[in-house]
Amino acid sequence: MRLERRDQSSLALIVAAPVAAIIVSLTLSGGLIALAGANPFDAYFEMVKGAFGSRLSISETLTRTTPLVLTGLAAAVAFRAKLWNIGGEGQLYLGALVAAWLGHNIASVVPAPLAILVILLAGMVAGALLLLGPVLLRIRLGVDEVVTTLILNFIVLLFVSMMIEGPMKDPLAFGWPQSVSVDRDVLLPKLLARSRLHIGLLIAVAAAVLIWFVQTRTVFGLETKAAGLNRNAASFAGIALGKTMLGVACISGSLAGLAGAIEVTGLKGYVTLDLSPGYGYSGIVVAMLAGLNPLGVVITALFVAIVFVGADSMSRALGVPSFIADVIVSISLLTMLVCLLFTTYRVRR
Amino acid sequence: MTAEPVLELSNISKSFGNLVANDDISLSLARGELLALLGENGAGKTTLMNILFGHYTADSGEVRAFGNILPPGRPRAAIEAGIGMVHQHFTLAGNLTVLDNVIIGTESLSQLRSDRTGARDKLSALAEKFGLQVDPDALVGDLSVGEKQRVEILKALYRDAKVLILDEPTAVLTSIEAEQLFKTLRGMTETGLSVIFISHKLAEVMAASQRVVILRAGKVVAEKHTADTDRAELAELMVGRRVTRPVRTDQAPGREILSARAVDVVEDSRKTLDNISFAVHAGEVLGIIGVSGNGQASLGRLTCGLTGASSGTLMRDGDESRAFSPHALVEAGTGRIPEDRNAEGAVGEMAVWENAVLERIHDARFSKRGLVDRTACRTFTDELISRFDVRGAVPDTGTRLLSGGNMQKLILGRNLATSPNLIIANQPTRGLDEGAIAAVHSELLEARKNGAAILLISEDLDEVLALSDRVQAIFNGRLSEPIAATDADSKSVGLMMAGIWGDADAA
Amino acid sequence: MEALEIFASASLWGAVLRIATPLIFGTLGALICERSGVLNLGIEGIMTLGAMVAWMTVYQGGDLWTGLIVAALCGGLFGLLHAMLTVPLGLSQHVTGLGITLFASSLTYYIYRLSLPVSSSPPTIEPFQPLAIPGLSDIPFVGEALFSQTAPTYLAIFACLATAYVLARTPLGLAVRMTGENPHAVEAQGLDPIRIRIGAIITGSAFMAVGGAFLTTATFNSFFPTMVQGRGWVCIALVVFASWRPGKALLGALLFALFDAYQLRLQHVVESAIPYQVFLMVPYVLSIVALIVMSRRAKVPQALMAPYRKGER
Repeated sequence: MRLERRDQSSLALIVAAPVAAIIVSLTLSGGLIALAGANPFDAYFEMVKGAFGSRLSISETLTRTTPLVLTGLAAAVAFRAKLWNIGGEGQLYLGALVAAWLGHNIASVVPAPLAILVILLAGMVAGALLLLGPVLLRIRLGVDEVVTTLILNFIVLLFVSMMIEGPMKDPLAFGWPQSVSVDRDVLLPKLLARSRLHIGLLIAVAAAVLIWFVQTRTVFGLETKAAGLNRNAASFAGIALGKTMLGVACISGSLAGLAGAIEVTGLKGYVTLDLSPGYGYSGIVVAMLAGLNPLGVVITALFVAIVFVGADSMSRALGVPSFIADVIVSISLLTMLVCLLFTTYRVRR
Repeated sequence: MTAEPVLELSNISKSFGNLVANDDISLSLARGELLALLGENGAGKTTLMNILFGHYTADSGEVRAFGNILPPGRPRAAIEAGIGMVHQHFTLAGNLTVLDNVIIGTESLSQLRSDRTGARDKLSALAEKFGLQVDPDALVGDLSVGEKQRVEILKALYRDAKVLILDEPTAVLTSIEAEQLFKTLRGMTETGLSVIFISHKLAEVMAASQRVVILRAGKVVAEKHTADTDRAELAELMVGRRVTRPVRTDQAPGREILSARAVDVVEDSRKTLDNISFAVHAGEVLGIIGVSGNGQASLGRLTCGLTGASSGTLMRDGDESRAFSPHALVEAGTGRIPEDRNAEGAVGEMAVWENAVLERIHDARFSKRGLVDRTACRTFTDELISRFDVRGAVPDTGTRLLSGGNMQKLILGRNLATSPNLIIANQPTRGLDEGAIAAVHSELLEARKNGAAILLISEDLDEVLALSDRVQAIFNGRLSEPIAATDADSKSVGLMMAGIWGDADAA
Repeated sequence: MEALEIFASASLWGAVLRIATPLIFGTLGALICERSGVLNLGIEGIMTLGAMVAWMTVYQGGDLWTGLIVAALCGGLFGLLHAMLTVPLGLSQHVTGLGITLFASSLTYYIYRLSLPVSSSPPTIEPFQPLAIPGLSDIPFVGEALFSQTAPTYLAIFACLATAYVLARTPLGLAVRMTGENPHAVEAQGLDPIRIRIGAIITGSAFMAVGGAFLTTATFNSFFPTMVQGRGWVCIALVVFASWRPGKALLGALLFALFDAYQLRLQHVVESAIPYQVFLMVPYVLSIVALIVMSRRAKVPQALMAPYRKGER
């Protein structure tokens, strides 16, 4: 038995791949749910109810979707150019920290709408700068960026911890490690009254459309595509690989940084060490499930958000540990990889 | 030779997707025989040998060695049956020693210690016996191509091969080394070994083989005793139809378009080009002939703007200050045909139109303010496809699906469409069949007629002699003085390719 | 105590070996995988899994050694998963490895939470005790520094030497090295590079899991989520630092552990003058530095991360 490349992969296969991956993943996870003594069907019903059952739960699911779209885009953009940015988590935290600091300090000097813009941009710059180091190391010295970006996540988290226990500590937080809060004026407007849903969702969706446009319609998009698929051919065609990679790094890092800045200004108002339940890592799954397609990212981010929000309420209702959400998401990543393979290969004897 | 055949292939068929690589092929090999498997590129020779050796599994048919059926898809079984294979692309690990490369797979994996002393002795004895000297403790990566091939042959002999298969063994050798190789092979057949060598070169088939099997488009079209045939007949059998390669007509060269004076190139801290000088003029083809691995890749990168000269001067249109970057070259009207179509020429996973415009996407014609004009790109590609006869393609076809010849036509087309005044053609017909070769040659000669200067870098002597006005040989990173094509014949050029020329102290 | 006096304390050197043990196992595991040509970024998750299952085995009444063996088996199982995806299927080793890490760690937390109710302090087990070596352990200073370790530490050092021997001197080791350099050469000589890679990944992953298990059965006596703390990623960096050599891997892990042990003690010396987080960053910064230092010199296996598909044209 061996694998043979398909000449053409049909659209039906490409659409079927993530669906198959999710079904397989839910089936396998069903076994684990049964292990916890719950009926898997009840559990999935509870999850859907938890994610969509009420106005509140829908708004919560969409609120969760927002950062996932952005970190998913960060991974999708980078992976397409074969830049393995696994540092989304760190970039998110750094963006969040910068946003909190600015939000606390500039609101009194700069008028609100402008201040929000400055804060979000600063978060993006922070994320981009953080990724620039590993990327320069790769371009200049050939240091594998997977390990450096991964390790930077730990360094950034320690840095955040240092800041929120030190210079940026909120004196009113009863000793909890928590940063100062951003000014009320610079909080993102709500999208839905009496909910936590904010306009960050629109920003994230707009970012996805913008990225899609850049990838498919611009010279930069064509050049990064070529560079990602075949370095030698791209450089033969005169594409500056280093520059392209730096461009991609700036976009990818700033998307993750933006996710952090939006979480702070739209949702939390301050930084703690549990600001992100691993959005940076989940972003990788979101991107892979979407086959690295920026528009697909919006849909798969929603799926991952449903799993997380739904699992929380399912866990409360049925006593299944909420870690099941991470299990479902990680299994779907692995099954998606396999399904994606079969869109381009078929098995022959 | 009435004895039972040592090897017998019966009714082998194999297809890859829609491509039928082998179609009901049968052949047999006698003890002590030196058989040539002749066919042009893409005729299915390598596929057949890979089936025989178990790398591929045939769709139907069977292989017998010494009367026993070989289980399909198991190289180990082939080795144990006494078959040894020397691949065209050597299967060696450069970071390991010769001895490591030879003994891998010969000892049981559960053994607690390799018997390296015994192995070294056996290897030395074999090397002695067949005249294949090589240092067992040298790193394979440090060996010359000829020495690597010796290691490959020794690998097979070390495992007591009775049948040796060599895939295009002379592709990487100078004519002197090739003669030496065939002498060694004849020596082996005298000791009772049987040899099959795959080739598309008529001269060596005529000179070395006893019998020749001719493959065309996946089928055996004829089988001849070499003594009973001649070059012309073999050529016709191999190609199947009369393909006449275009002929160069005399014309006076114009002004100098590209020249190099005393240029050195250092890549990966190794000097790959050493004090080279050449000049190409308008309406002229300068052929650079040499055996693979003597600096051609580096010369290609230098002239295509991918690597810089570490000393010396490079001039475009007589101007020293001109930039040699891919962009600058393309803008100055340079057509660049890369050495390896698949690795450098095109991105297989992108559409034909994307590859057609990739290197000139910044032209106002194809993009404005950073936005790609997709309609203009597709129109351009459509014109290219029809003008250069790229078969089986529309602008949105995946480039990977094109055959080698059609991909080369696409690459050639995107370069010639803009009427360049300089063409760098690095191995422009490597791996193509006769029809595609003729097409590429006539396009290049057409460009020459229209006044383009052409730098042709090639390992194919016939090609260089047919197209070039002047010829320079490349050996060990150095270039010979040019000689006029009228003074060049395969004998004199063959010597130059081995580094033997006028003032040279090499060889 | 002054900053330099720390080096004169035997407890520092004892700690070095203790801190190094999981790194030695992890680095060795990653090295074995990579020598065969496959990057295994599942390491972080596999170490987490190993830590939990070893602990759970002992907590449920099993022997400490049984715990290590169960960890090795589970690690091997996840190695098999990684191998099936990356070798016969040839999927991206980067993404698959991360997927394995996410899967192994989330499954670990899930099973742990499923087996034990939430409590404020995690339950404990009786961990490995230092192994007294008659004579040697009583030597002043040296005894405490080198010969008062737990048995798995000695096992780690032995495993390093054994791996070095197998890779350099046995037909199996040659087959693994050759597969990492050029799988086609292995196939042409009648061996199956796919099986060799699968075997190497399973073995390597078992080592990784034992490394994780050391954390719960010797260093700490309980399991808690995120306890591996990026040690797996550090190991991946150490493999590069070691230039894919087991001997150098041992050296690298010890050097690394020395810095780590030193910074822990230095924290107490400088107290709050410098935030403790700065010290905690040291190991991570060091691994990046190690990568940079070795970036030009490392002798990378030529076929690392290149998928091998039989009969691919």
